[in-house]
Amino acid sequence: MDGQTIMLLIFVFIIAAFLGVELISKVPSQLHTPLMSGTNAISGITIVGAIAACAINVDNHVFGMILGGIAILFATINVIGGYFVTDRMLAMFKKKEDKKK
Amino acid sequence: MEFIDFFCIFLYMIASVLFIMGIKKLGKADSARKGNLMSSIGMGIAVLSVLISQDVFDGGVIAYVIIILAIIAGSVIGFIWAKKVEMTGMPQLVALFNGFGGLSSMLVAISQYCALSGGSDAVGTDAFTSLTLGLTILIGAVAFTGSIIAWGKLAGLKMFKKNISIPGKNFINAGITFVAVLGIIFYMIDPEGGLGIAGIIITTVASLVLGVTLVITIGGGDMPVIISFLNALSGLAAAFAGFPIGNTVLIVSGCLVGASGVILTLIMCKAMNKSFASLLFKTVKKKASAATGEHKEPKAMSVEDAFLILEAAKSVVIVPGYGMAVAQAQHAVKELCDVLEDNGCEVNFAIHPVAGRMPGHMNVLLAEANVPYEQLKTSDELNPQMANTDIAIVIGANDVVNPAAINDESSPLYGMPIVNAYEARTVFVLKRGQGTGFSGIENPLFTMDNTVMIYGDAKQTVSQLVVEFEND
Repeated sequence: MDGQTIMLLIFVFIIAAFLGVELISKVPSQLHTPLMSGTNAISGITIVGAIAACAINVDNHVFGMILGGIAILFATINVIGGYFVTDRMLAMFKKKEDKKK
Repeated sequence: MEFIDFFCIFLYMIASVLFIMGIKKLGKADSARKGNLMSSIGMGIAVLSVLISQDVFDGGVIAYVIIILAIIAGSVIGFIWAKKVEMTGMPQLVALFNGFGGLSSMLVAISQYCALSGGSDAVGTDAFTSLTLGLTILIGAVAFTGSIIAWGKLAGLKMFKKNISIPGKNFINAGITFVAVLGIIFYMIDPEGGLGIAGIIITTVASLVLGVTLVITIGGGDMPVIISFLNALSGLAAAFAGFPIGNTVLIVSGCLVGASGVILTLIMCKAMNKSFASLLFKTVKKKASAATGEHKEPKAMSVEDAFLILEAAKSVVIVPGYGMAVAQAQHAVKELCDVLEDNGCEVNFAIHPVAGRMPGHMNVLLAEANVPYEQLKTSDELNPQMANTDIAIVIGANDVVNPAAINDESSPLYGMPIVNAYEARTVFVLKRGQGTGFSGIENPLFTMDNTVMIYGDAKQTVSQLVVEFEND
């Protein structure tokens, strides 16, 4: 990796960190659990890395390919489980008028 | 650059934007569900994008078969798990999913290393690539085993129940961290040779152990902090996994998760008046505070007598805690809330940020029981009017209502913001039996003149109160 690419990736990293801080800092406490499990699902983005890692190992390294496959499995559980469980939780948060109906 | 590469980056960009907008909407009650949907669409697009990328295309049929099978299996498991879990089991499920994320990132990094040693040119041998690859293993492994230990503690597994204290744990943890970092340095020196393999193995093993030793000494009541922290770690691991292959969508979304986890961690620490460092590094002092002055016995009251007082109340504040979750009393509490309101009484819930075992735990349980979210107030909102409240009902909460946090400088809780339940005209404390909370600290609230204890299972007690109202 050349220096320019490295600096660009670090740049992206730092900007994303500050963006995250700005986005989250004013979340009401009642949403803390859904926020945590929702962002937890997003951390399953590593599935993208897992798919790529599995594929680049196909021709060269069987063990690496298997590890990649296992990584895909666990990342998918994280993603699918995380999104569904967050949705289930959020579906329960309702306003007063909605509940009277 | 081929067209397909441009197209993939374009899709990653859309996915990243959807994540950002999704998180933003997730932070507001009205739009939260939509936000979660947006971020899941972003995830779908990101996965689609990598599936059509050159790397995966070059892998051929074998790659696609493995990938699709793994995705299908993971989806089925994740879906069933998410649908079947009880709301009271939510903290441990979140911990478990989080651990899977960390494990996955760790495996991705090791798999990337395998690709390098197998002769693929997708992973470089420069110092930066090697460093980030090693850090992914380190952070991912700590997030993995740490979350598994947290899961065991939250699920109440016997082997994790005791708060294990490791003598000289800071020394040991520092030692293990040093070994893990040493492994990364070995790998950086010689990524393609024997020293590199040794480095990868050393880092992996040391980091897996480190996750265990870091979390195993932390008590149940501190779980909201540690879960948030582990959430941050799994996000960071995903971000670092993006560096060796130069994948920006991993870096952006992993970093967003990392930032949100760090903020939640700090909010939780503030709510407990602890610094994060003291939580991780201090050894828990088991010294019970010496009984100061006269030792009063708490007054107990029967459910029937409690009903007579409740019937006359015009305003009630309910303070739930982890005990409500254990007794699964949330539905009974909602019924009590309904009969009180029918009786012309104003009912509010005072929710302390660290009540329960994960951030917002009480809110989720009460939402499950159909309590509208306007009724769920923070301690800051309700404390000013607590003195004008007829009855505060403390259900399975202890340390978060301990007045020692305000007026006893010698108390370990001193300085922690609490729900000022003691200011109410009458305080009911629903409690299973006499004893202290997780921290083992005496609670002077229980012996105050305006406090009465109603011993017994919280769910039964509350149900009996509801029956009294209905028979009335």
